[in-house]
Amino acid sequence: MIKDFEHFAPKTLKEALALLDKYGDDCKVICGGQSLLILMRQGLVSPKYMVDIKGLSELSYIKDGKDGLKIGATTTHRTIEKSAVIKKKYPVLAEMETRLASIQTRNWGTIGGNVCHGDPAGDPAPVLIALNATLTVAGTRGTRSIPVEKFSLDYFEVDLKDGELLTEIQLPAPPPHTGTVYTKFNIIESDLATVSVAASVTLGSGDGVCQDVRIALGAAAPTAIRAKKAEAVLKGKKITEALLKEAGEVAATEAEPISDIAASEEYRLELVKVLVPRMTREALARAKKA
Amino acid sequence: MKKELKFKVNGQPYDIFVKPKTLLVEVLRDLVGLTGTKRGCNSSSCGACTVMLNGMSVKSCSVLALQANGAEVVTVEGLAKGNQLSPLQKAFLDHGAYQCGFCTPGMLMSSTALLTENPKPTKLQIKEGIDGNICRCTGYNSIIRAVTAVVKGEYKEAK
Repeated sequence: MIKDFEHFAPKTLKEALALLDKYGDDCKVICGGQSLLILMRQGLVSPKYMVDIKGLSELSYIKDGKDGLKIGATTTHRTIEKSAVIKKKYPVLAEMETRLASIQTRNWGTIGGNVCHGDPAGDPAPVLIALNATLTVAGTRGTRSIPVEKFSLDYFEVDLKDGELLTEIQLPAPPPHTGTVYTKFNIIESDLATVSVAASVTLGSGDGVCQDVRIALGAAAPTAIRAKKAEAVLKGKKITEALLKEAGEVAATEAEPISDIAASEEYRLELVKVLVPRMTREALARAKKA
Repeated sequence: MKKELKFKVNGQPYDIFVKPKTLLVEVLRDLVGLTGTKRGCNSSSCGACTVMLNGMSVKSCSVLALQANGAEVVTVEGLAKGNQLSPLQKAFLDHGAYQCGFCTPGMLMSSTALLTENPKPTKLQIKEGIDGNICRCTGYNSIIRAVTAVVKGEYKEAK
């Protein structure tokens, strides 16, 4: 059963931050609540105060500019999935959204809420890591920026201090000749990932050499992680099948998955070995067409 | 401390006071008294509690009732016009697109949301449209047939 709490629905970001500052550790932010309400029902989280930012329309936007794309934290998954500019410039983000839970959940749940939930199996984090996203976090004492790959600290724990609120996700403009893809392995389509992999490959103009590569793993460690050693296997080289296989094996050494009802640790490591080469190969094919 | 919730359900305005922890499904069933919306898994997996909130399908077991303040909610009871069933409701009846009937309100709401957004979905899109709804009598084929019949124009909206 959900325990009673006091509910505040601030109308502006300023009001929201003042409430968070006032109640600190005793309060929790709710937006769509698609993850939080489940934890509350299980009695895992029982805040005294809830700051409800679902109505903060000033944080619901997708803005495209020269330096990239800005997504407000309270933007729903469904808005991202349907956004014409995202489908055109960051198709991987829309593709990821169509695989996130169900339509009903995507209609009410938000990208900011998902990222702040800090579930290592969440869909957006690996994609945002592959896209080299940055987060803006606000507090009454000012704002700070943090790369998305540093935001998750541990299982369901993110780098938000008392009184802070995630306000925006920034995606840099994709470099030329870049392809990014995402997939998750799961038994039931709308479930969380057993293991997920996002890969982004940037090719040098004309020479086919892998100028830059970003590989992110979901549900393979306490947080979504970047497989930097696997990236090092590929960076600066012409990608071959042998190198892809090696990258998969190296990525498995960077993963530290758990065993649970969905899969054993060994099975997840095997998935990393299979999915990293497969996704990097697809990202490469996309980069060649880009 | 209770807070005021002003919203519309199937066009009817309501002004009620609820505890902040109250979920939308609880308000609809226990306070408004519309029990067509089912409470199944209670963890946003099964979709039996699907309703439309400002035109979007949501799982009402996973929405705080207070977040519906000022909103328009449509439940399965709001699909028929008077005694005239909606095209999807008629098609569900004709195609036997239910067995025990527990998932039916959610299936109807998800299919209604789908056809509102996309009146001509493909079979795959219909499957995706009801992806968030579970039928444990495994009646998916008949549900897809019913939606397909509406898409083909075999059922007309009541005038």
